[in-house]
Amino acid sequence: MTAVRIPPTLRTEVGGERQVEAHGSTAREVLEDLARRYPALESRLFEDGELAPFVNVYVGGEDVRTLAGLDTPVDCLPLILLPAMAGGC
Amino acid sequence: MLTTADSLLSLVGNTPLVELSRLQSGRVRLYAKLEGQNPTGSIKDRVAKAMIEAAEASGELEPGRRLLEPTSGNTGISLALVAKLKGYPLTCVLPENATKERRQLLELYGADIVLSPGEEGSNGAVRKALELAAADPSYYMPFQYANAANPRAHYEGTGAEIAAALDRVDVLVAGLGTGGTLMGAGERLRERFPEVVVAAAEPLHGDPVMGLRSLEDGYVPPILDVSKLDRKVLVSNDESVRALRELLDAEGIFGGVSAGAVVHVARRLARELEDGVVVCVLADAGWKYLSAGFWTAPDVEESMERTVWW
Repeated sequence: MTAVRIPPTLRTEVGGERQVEAHGSTAREVLEDLARRYPALESRLFEDGELAPFVNVYVGGEDVRTLAGLDTPVDCLPLILLPAMAGGC
Repeated sequence: MLTTADSLLSLVGNTPLVELSRLQSGRVRLYAKLEGQNPTGSIKDRVAKAMIEAAEASGELEPGRRLLEPTSGNTGISLALVAKLKGYPLTCVLPENATKERRQLLELYGADIVLSPGEEGSNGAVRKALELAAADPSYYMPFQYANAANPRAHYEGTGAEIAAALDRVDVLVAGLGTGGTLMGAGERLRERFPEVVVAAAEPLHGDPVMGLRSLEDGYVPPILDVSKLDRKVLVSNDESVRALRELLDAEGIFGGVSAGAVVHVARRLARELEDGVVVCVLADAGWKYLSAGFWTAPDVEESMERTVWW
């Protein structure tokens, strides 16, 4: 089981939970399992089978976009979902 | 040799690069570029000066035209200095929960302030500024998130200075905000050191500022190309503050919040190397964060959750 941290913007889709659990050995498998459990998430997380542009996924605190993308192995590390936010003070 | 400067604007950049001899270990050397030593105290002086001078050169910015910019602080303060010296009025859109020092500084420099909802974080300030600009074409909005002069300032300044000072750079770490530093300095360093790892330290924002609307309100700055980053590491408020205190205790460097995050990531990546050189870009000093109590409050992390820090 992989713990998945859910940002405020996606909590309605998972019944208000801050953290949920899902199965899978890669980021893609975990997110697909999550979308099966919470079907409302599907269209929020994926666009044409890839990660939606305003969703950031982190494994072990690193953005999967700079790792192996959705094929990044999860290795029991917690997964964090975040909305893309403007920074830069 | 001591010289004089004709204007504060000539003193932007050429910041010191100092070895962090007490925070490094083994055969990996750590260096910090002290951007807090720019005239208004942050790396954004480079960006503000470059954006305004580019707009003047292109003819887009006529004398006396009002400037408008979304900013949680540093860019606004830098623009306020540039605007004052060059004679432009300035309006800044600021999230209402930005630290009071930043607001005070903007007011002292003479900027007008428009507040955006705190719970929308920087995205809220960006949205509000874009609305104001669309409604009133008399504003000139430099818009650091999409202005090529932002990364160019770091290509020609920050990155070039690091490349000139060191004969080896294995890792560059900077805070991820607009992406300007990482894109510009990263590109410059890659030209000289093709194997350099360009690493972003990214803030893990607290729930209260993460935006409450929907993912469609998400924002990726147009100048940021994530494919050009080699690493992108989340840093919690707790990790940033711990590194910030260590930076002061061990090295005597009084850094801003993102400096703590950058040093945290630099040390994490340094542990992956046998030997090498890791350069940290410390965007500002701690002055504007004194009221937040990072150095003294025992449980500062909880109150940090309610503000966007960089």
